[in-house]
Amino acid sequence: MSDLFSKFDPLIETREQLLSTGLTDPFGLVMEEVVSPTVAICNGRKTILLGTYNYMGMTFDPEVIAAGKQALDKFGSGTTGSRVLNGTYVGHKAVEEALKDFYAMDHAMVFSTGYQANLGIISTVAGKDDYIILDIDSHASIYDGCALGNAQIVPFRHNDIDALEKRLKRLPPEAGKLVVLEGVYSMLGDIAPLKEMVAVSKAAGAMVLVDEAHSMGFIGDHGRGVAEAQGVIDDVDFIIGTFSKSVGTVGGFCVSNHPKFEILRLVCRPYVFTASLPPSVVATAATSIRKLMHGKAKRDHLWENSQKLHAALKALGFTLGTDEPQSAIIAVIMPDLERGAAMWEALLHEGLYVNLARPPATPAGMTLLRCSLCAEHSAEQVVEILGMFEAAGRRTGVIA
Amino acid sequence: MTDRADTDARVKALVEPFNKKGIEVTDQTRFAQDLEWDSLTVLDFVANIEDEFDIVITMNQQAEIETVGQLVDAVGKLKAA
Repeated sequence: MSDLFSKFDPLIETREQLLSTGLTDPFGLVMEEVVSPTVAICNGRKTILLGTYNYMGMTFDPEVIAAGKQALDKFGSGTTGSRVLNGTYVGHKAVEEALKDFYAMDHAMVFSTGYQANLGIISTVAGKDDYIILDIDSHASIYDGCALGNAQIVPFRHNDIDALEKRLKRLPPEAGKLVVLEGVYSMLGDIAPLKEMVAVSKAAGAMVLVDEAHSMGFIGDHGRGVAEAQGVIDDVDFIIGTFSKSVGTVGGFCVSNHPKFEILRLVCRPYVFTASLPPSVVATAATSIRKLMHGKAKRDHLWENSQKLHAALKALGFTLGTDEPQSAIIAVIMPDLERGAAMWEALLHEGLYVNLARPPATPAGMTLLRCSLCAEHSAEQVVEILGMFEAAGRRTGVIA
Repeated sequence: MTDRADTDARVKALVEPFNKKGIEVTDQTRFAQDLEWDSLTVLDFVANIEDEFDIVITMNQQAEIETVGQLVDAVGKLKAA
């Protein structure tokens, strides 16, 4: 039968082939119970979580949970409305205040997801005759923001300062330009040379947006991200972030010092035409963000974990996405999808969950086992994780 | 050599390193169907074209280009602009 679904046939076939070998579906895992930020029960088995982006382990913080419960009791289960109609409660304003304090910026706008924050800001800020210049390896939400808007899209080679500068110089000097970068690129866990990239962007008269989803809370002196760590946060026009990683709930945001920023609340469709976050969610987010301001000890432990795991995986003979650990993401490069899926399953049987990432989400057609560490992983858990990687790697022949 | 012939020769020279099947490249050759390029190959190739002619071909413009001949024409227009 041929219909609108026929275009998915190649994918359906690839998937059926993979599953016909008896492999567990890597995209169908169910968490039956969640014990802590680092442990869940999957298929009845205790499983260490090493693929959650729950970098700071805030999901089970007692104060965060208490704030959520209180808001649930006091304000109900949902707002049933847009931020610009009946969907702005005191909690929404409070979380925006927390963000302004966290980033030391004048404005903060909270979206219902991080995806929508990119979708909304990018599609709204860059109009028909403007140019968006973006890194080729940008997240899907950035590309979708471009697709939703009408701007001219100019990609450049990943983290290539020269390629960015050349393209900026070739564009009409008078045209509006938005350069879109990420602090940490989530597939390989590498960071951007923001210091240089922001400088060449500013020299070309462009505005700069940096997505710091994977750096909030633990990169930079105040946890504001890679732009802070590299000393260029004051030159960044928009920072996009999410509540679904270090903050430990769901939601997205944009912070900015632009004097006209507040007008976006009226013209940004992914902000206007959707319901706002539930009161319990914004209450947990605000509490978590304020706690992250004082997370130095946790942050240091997260870095220790990242360095230890990176060095030990390398020593075992795995190929990693970066030579040195640059973030809390460590990407283990698999030779192909078949062995990647087999290794993923072997790890799950050992009691370890990581993300299986495959094209088109990955750069250069790679299959990756992506590990994201948590500040709540104990030193003992890191040792356990390494044992599991060694056993699964040998069984599947990924390492000798 | 006319301008178009010159552009044509330079574009086709840049196609060659990615012409894995070694097919004959004409104005009618299609990037996706005939050369069987995936999106990553297209990105690399476009970057090379942009650097060769000192132009920018936006993704919006790329969406309109299916064949080598269309690309040669587009490059000609962008150079003149």
